Amino acid sequence: MSALSGLLLAVASGALWGAIGMIVTGVTLTLVTGAVAIPQIGAGALAGMAQAVFLIWRQNGRAGTHVPVLGALVGFVVLLAVSFAAPFSLPMSVITGWQILALAAFLGALTFANQVCLSDVPMGPMTRYHRELVYIRLAKGIGFVLFSIMVALPFYVMVMTSLKSQQALLANPLDLSIDLSQGIGSLFRSYVELFTQYNFGRYLLVSAFVSVSTVILTLLFSVPGAYAVSRLRFPGRATLSRSVLLIYMVPAIVLVIPLYAVFSQLGLRDSLVGLLIVYPATTIPVALYMLQGYFRGLPSELEEAGLMDGLTRLGVILKITLPLSLPALASVSLYVFMIAWNEFLFAFMFLDNPDIFTLSRGIVSLNSSEVPRQHLMAGAVIATVPVLVIFLWFERFLVQGLTAGSVKG
Amino acid sequence: MTAADTHTEDLARPNTASQPPKGVGPMERREARLAYLMLAPTFLIVLGIVMGPLLANFWISVKPVKLGDLRPPTVLVNERVRGSAEAPGDPVTLEYRLRNSTQDKEIRDVILTDTLPAGFTPETVPELCSISGRELTCGIGTIPGQWRDRLRIEGTVNSEFLALNRPGRESEPVIAGDADNVLTSLDFTLENFIEVFDGAEFWSVLRVTFYYTVFGTGGALVLGLFAAQLLHTAFRGRSVLRGLFLFPYVSPVIAVAFTWVILFDPFSGTVNALLTKMGVVETPINFFGERAISYSLFGIPMEFPLALTTVIAFEAWRYFPLSFLFILARMQSINTDMYEAAEMDGATPLQQFWYLSLPQLAGILSVLFLLRFIWTFNKFDDIFLLTGGNAGTRTLTVDVYEQGFALSNLGAGAAVAVVVFVLLVTFAMIFLHFSPKEEGL
Repeated sequence: MSALSGLLLAVASGALWGAIGMIVTGVTLTLVTGAVAIPQIGAGALAGMAQAVFLIWRQNGRAGTHVPVLGALVGFVVLLAVSFAAPFSLPMSVITGWQILALAAFLGALTFANQVCLSDVPMGPMTRYHRELVYIRLAKGIGFVLFSIMVALPFYVMVMTSLKSQQALLANPLDLSIDLSQGIGSLFRSYVELFTQYNFGRYLLVSAFVSVSTVILTLLFSVPGAYAVSRLRFPGRATLSRSVLLIYMVPAIVLVIPLYAVFSQLGLRDSLVGLLIVYPATTIPVALYMLQGYFRGLPSELEEAGLMDGLTRLGVILKITLPLSLPALASVSLYVFMIAWNEFLFAFMFLDNPDIFTLSRGIVSLNSSEVPRQHLMAGAVIATVPVLVIFLWFERFLVQGLTAGSVKG
Repeated sequence: MTAADTHTEDLARPNTASQPPKGVGPMERREARLAYLMLAPTFLIVLGIVMGPLLANFWISVKPVKLGDLRPPTVLVNERVRGSAEAPGDPVTLEYRLRNSTQDKEIRDVILTDTLPAGFTPETVPELCSISGRELTCGIGTIPGQWRDRLRIEGTVNSEFLALNRPGRESEPVIAGDADNVLTSLDFTLENFIEVFDGAEFWSVLRVTFYYTVFGTGGALVLGLFAAQLLHTAFRGRSVLRGLFLFPYVSPVIAVAFTWVILFDPFSGTVNALLTKMGVVETPINFFGERAISYSLFGIPMEFPLALTTVIAFEAWRYFPLSFLFILARMQSINTDMYEAAEMDGATPLQQFWYLSLPQLAGILSVLFLLRFIWTFNKFDDIFLLTGGNAGTRTLTVDVYEQGFALSNLGAGAAVAVVVFVLLVTFAMIFLHFSPKEEGL
C-alpha cells in the first residue's frame, strides 16, 4: 500500500463531501429563495479537499480545540478564492443574507462531515480494516443525505406548491419560498377555495366516515374469526389459516370488472354502501391474519379460568381476550384505516356522484387542465395530513401493524 | 408410568377399557360448530366479494359484453292526456308511448299496468288491454329491438277529472318484461381472448410488466437494505428519520403520485427547472411522457425506456419503507456476539457485512422479494396515476382497465384479468414451493 494512503483517502473523501455539500446547499438556496444559485461544484470539491488535508494534518500533530474552527476557515478561504467570491455564481450583493446563511451551512456541514469521516485517519499507511471503516462512514453519510432529500423533497414541493399562486408558479417554477407579505388569507387561498367551491369539506367527511366504518366492520368480522382460528379446534383449521394469506394476494384490479358489472345491475355501484361492502372484504383477511397471530400469543390459561368461572365464550372474548389485545386491535385499526383512507381504485371506478366522493376520488376530479395545480397539491396535502398526523401520533402501533400485515402494499 | 397409575386411569374410564376415545365427541363437535359460526360472516363476505368475482372473471371473459350492455334493456313509457276537456262529458284520449330502449335486444312478456286517472270513463280500449275498475293492464307480448308503439284509450271525463291538477300524473305506469341479460345468457365467444393475444401490444405489455415487476421489486429491496443499514446503529434523531423514511409508504398514493407528476413536469416542474437553469440539460426532459431516449454505446444504437424507468423509480421510492422496516427488525434481532467474534478474528467491516449480515438477512430478503414481487405485479394505481399507461408503461393491470373501461369492452378486460390471475397463481405456486419456512410469513 502506498505510504500516503491516508492522505489520498482524505483528499478523495474531502472532495466528495465538498462537491455534495455544494450541490445540496446550492439547490436548497435556489428552492428557498427562487434566485438561480448555480453551485460551483469544483470550488466546493477543492475547498473540501483542502480542509480534509488540513484536518488530518492537525489530527496527527497535537490535538487542539480550535481545529474545527480553523478547518472551517481553511474551507472558507479556498472556496472564496477558487470561486472568485461567488460560490453560488451570484454576486454577493444579491440575497446577501441567504447567501451568507448558505455559506455558513455549507462550511458547517463540510467540517462536520470531514471530521466524522476522517477521525483517526493517519497521513501514512492504513490497514484494510481502517480504510473500510472510512468507506462505510462515507457511504453512510451519503446515504443519509440522499435518503433525506429523496423522501423530503416531494413532500416539500407538495406543501410549497399548494401555497403559491398561479402567476408565481408560472413566473418561476424554482421559487418555492413562502411570501408572507401577502397575508394569511391569500397564502391559504387554494385551501379556502377547495373547501368553499370544490366541496372538499364534504369529501373529507365522506372519507372519514368510510374509513371509520370500514375499521368497525372489519373488526366486527375479523375478531370472532381470528378467535375461532387461534383458539378453537375444528377440521380445516390449518388450511384456513394458511389460505387467508392467499386470498390477500388477489389484486383489486382482477375483482373490479365483475364487481362493477354486478354492482351496476344491483344499483350498488354509485353508493357508499357498495364501497362499504368492498373495503371490509379486502381488509378482513389481513386483519384476521394479524389478530389470530396475536391471540395465539396470549396465555390460554386466562381464558380457561374465565370459562371455569362461568363466563360464556362471548364473555371470555369481550372481558378477557379483547382487553388483553388492545395493542393489536390498535395496530389493526390503524392499518385498516390507512388502507381505506388511501384506497383509490374502487372509489375511482364506483363513484360518479360528487356528493359521495371520497378524498381520493375528489382529487382525481381536480386533475384537469381547468383546475390550477396548486389546487391539486392543496388537495393532496388535505388527503395526506390526516394520515401522517395519525401515523406520527401512533407510530409505534402503526409500525407493528405494517410489519405484521404489510404483505399487502 | 407405574402399574398403579395405569390402574387408576383404567378405573376412571371403565368403559373405554384403557383405549383412547375414537371419533368426534360432542364437545369437539360443539366447538367446531361454534368455530364455523364465528367464521361464517368472514367466509360469506370473502366468498361474495373475492372468490365470486374471481370466478365471474372467467365467465365474463368468454362473453361478448360491452360496457353499455350493463344497462338492462327496458321498455320506456311516456303517458300523456290528449284533447282539452273543459266541461264534464268532453272526450279525451289517454296515450301511452312505448319504446324499446335498445336497438337489437328483444324483450319478452311485456306487460304495462297503470291506474287510470280519477273521473275518466274509458270507451274504446285497445284489444291488448283490459280494464278492471280503474286498473289498466295491457299484455303487449314480445317486442323486437327498435320497436316503438302507441296505445290509445279514448273516453270521457267528469268534473272530478277536471279538478285534477295534472291528470295522468298521479300514478306512474309500470312496465314488466323479460330480456336476455348478456351477463347471464348462454352465448359464449373466444373473441375476447383472440383480441387480447392477437394485439401486437400484448407482448410489449407483458414485457413491460416483467421489467416493472422485477426492477421495481429489486429497487425497493436494495433501497430498503441501504436505509436499514443507515438506521441500524443508535444516534440522536434516529426515530425522527425512521418516521420520515416511512412517509412515502404511508401517504395516499394519489397525493404522492400527483406530486411526482408535478415535480417532474417538463414545462413547469421543479426538477426540470433546476436541470435547465443550472445548465445540466439543454431542453426539459419529459420524464413521464417520453417513451425512449436513443443513444449510442460504442456505436451501437440503444434505447433507454425513460418513462418506464421513472415509473420504476417511483415504485422503488414508494415501497422501500416496507422492506426497510422488515430488514431493520431482522437486523436488530441478530446476535451481536457473532460480530464481536469476527472483530477479534480481524474481519473488516465490509467482510462482516458480506459474510455475516447478508447471510443472516437472506431469509427475510427472499420472503420480501417474493411478496413484493406479487404485489408489484398486482399494482395498478401507481402507473395509472403517473402515466395512465402511456409512453410504454402499460402493464397487465393497466391493460385490464384500458380494455374494460377505456375501450368499453368488459369481456376483453376480463380476459386480461384472467391472464393476470393465471400468472399470479403460477407465481404463488412457485413461491410457496421455494419460500423459506423459518421466516414464518
